[in-house]
Amino acid sequence: MENVVDARGLNHWFGSGEVKKQALFDVNLTLKRGSFTVLMGPSGSGKTTVLTLIGCLRGVQDGSVRLLGQELNGATEAHLVALRRRLGFIFQAHNLHESLTATQNVMMGVQVLGSVPDATAKQAAIHALGLVGLSDRTDYLPANLSGGQKQRVAVARALVGNPALVLADEPTAALDKDSAADVVDLLKRMGSARGTTTLLVTHDNRILDRADRILTLEDGRIVKVEDRT
Amino acid sequence: MSRLLQALFGRLPIGWLQLTHNRTRFAAALAGVAFANVLVFVQLGIMNSMGAATLRPYDFFQADIMISAGDANALADGGNVARQWLLQAMADPDVTDGMGLFLANVPWDRGEKDISLTTFGVDPAKPGFIAPEIGGDLNLLQVQDAAILDRLARGLGKEEAAAIRPQTPLAFETQGSTLTAYATFAGGGGFGGDGYMLVSDQTFLSLFPARSSAAPDHILLQLRPGVPVQSVVARLKTLISDPSLRIRSYPDAAQEDLRYQQTRRPTGIIFGFGVLIGVLVGLVIVYQVLSTDVADHLREYATFKAMGYGPQFFLSVVFEEALVLGIMGFIPGLVVGTTILTLMGRITTLPLAMTPSMAASVFLGTIVFSAVSGAIATRRLAAADPADLF
Repeated sequence: MENVVDARGLNHWFGSGEVKKQALFDVNLTLKRGSFTVLMGPSGSGKTTVLTLIGCLRGVQDGSVRLLGQELNGATEAHLVALRRRLGFIFQAHNLHESLTATQNVMMGVQVLGSVPDATAKQAAIHALGLVGLSDRTDYLPANLSGGQKQRVAVARALVGNPALVLADEPTAALDKDSAADVVDLLKRMGSARGTTTLLVTHDNRILDRADRILTLEDGRIVKVEDRT
Repeated sequence: MSRLLQALFGRLPIGWLQLTHNRTRFAAALAGVAFANVLVFVQLGIMNSMGAATLRPYDFFQADIMISAGDANALADGGNVARQWLLQAMADPDVTDGMGLFLANVPWDRGEKDISLTTFGVDPAKPGFIAPEIGGDLNLLQVQDAAILDRLARGLGKEEAAAIRPQTPLAFETQGSTLTAYATFAGGGGFGGDGYMLVSDQTFLSLFPARSSAAPDHILLQLRPGVPVQSVVARLKTLISDPSLRIRSYPDAAQEDLRYQQTRRPTGIIFGFGVLIGVLVGLVIVYQVLSTDVADHLREYATFKAMGYGPQFFLSVVFEEALVLGIMGFIPGLVVGTTILTLMGRITTLPLAMTPSMAASVFLGTIVFSAVSGAIATRRLAAADPADLF
């Protein structure tokens, strides 16, 4: 079975001319279907760049990234947008829409897949909120939810469309210890239940023991690969 | 509203939820749109009333053809016409009758304030030229210094006007002579005067000794019924040997007067600009609201972009907002605009009123210009880059 992500010889630069600076050097990376991979490294090591390249949010400059069997290098913007619909994003900040209730926020993750009847989308959203333990908060606006609850809504929004790959960027950075553990367990549990592949960027050591594989990035190079299974 | 938008756009009404999230700002935005609507309504109302007021005096007479001086762009404009052309026009077999029409403004000292009456001098022996709405009292004008007064004239009290009857006439002094009003008709204040008055041509000439009976301001002609007016107009143009004269059908003369007032006179141009400025103000207000809203939600939009929403989705959100602002701002705009026009009409006695066609065209304009503003505001969306979220 093909890997969900296969990155080969990935180089990336920021800026141009005099200030052009290389951020990634010959990065190779594979994500197996259903795996839970943690990408570690100090700030500025290029973790986020890797994530945005795999997440189709930046164009690939040099090297090859195959995502779900499709080459991202040279792909059109429309193609990248279509691929993004098969991914789930979780950000450091929850990035919920403050004018929408928890249910409506999660519905946005359903409606992006096409015009779904409103009742169906709503049902799916309420189900997803139930899975993250927020059945009693479905009609709350984000302003009335705690930090951990908001991040759980964001997890529900990312997972409601049954994505093939979940990309999470320091999802626990803004959370206390218990909420952080909750959110990671949730990702891990839902991942193994649905066969979802997860790539999680963090420098939070509390998360490491849940990973199948830990990649360490330093100065744009992968310096360590540690398999836990 | 929320459900309607949901059905219309086939998705969550994000624009509506976003706009109504901050009630104060939403109210301010609606007030802005309503204000622009009121501005346009008032300017349009004045423009329309100017049109109605321009056409109003033409209703007082019945004629098929009007002959005026070459520089007579409006009823009260330009030089006079020699009476000899009336006699010459009568030579045409299809012309049945003709009358010279005299016209000038007469000041009337009303104590606290002077009013100005646009006074028509007519031939009392030719009642067929006077519209039936003036009434059958034309014989009253046979008396020297008799007048039929506009009971809607500005500055004339309602009761005072209602008391004017042949048995209880109202005498007043003007131009050094004493006129006696024996009857009234419903004229209405215009832009050129505060009201109207009808007198006989003899009385008119005694009020204005410098004017001559041989030179009325306009010549009105009546034709045999059923005769094509334009062909008679064409014939008269060759028959009358003064090429500088304007010979037009009576309705054409009225329309040309209207066009002249709206496009060539400062008042018409000023109110036309007023409408334009109202539209621009509305455009800027809606653009400002929408672009601020886009800027405030760049993070959310970037998130939606990352999730895989395409440019059409964002366009439709902004259009949804434009639609909401346009529709909901129009309602208070219509209410306030109608109130202001009614009040202004009462004070000025100009025919100022909200008409359904005015409301409909302003509504359509509001929707169109809101959408245009929305389209301009979406340019800011380019700044929502999902790669910046990490």
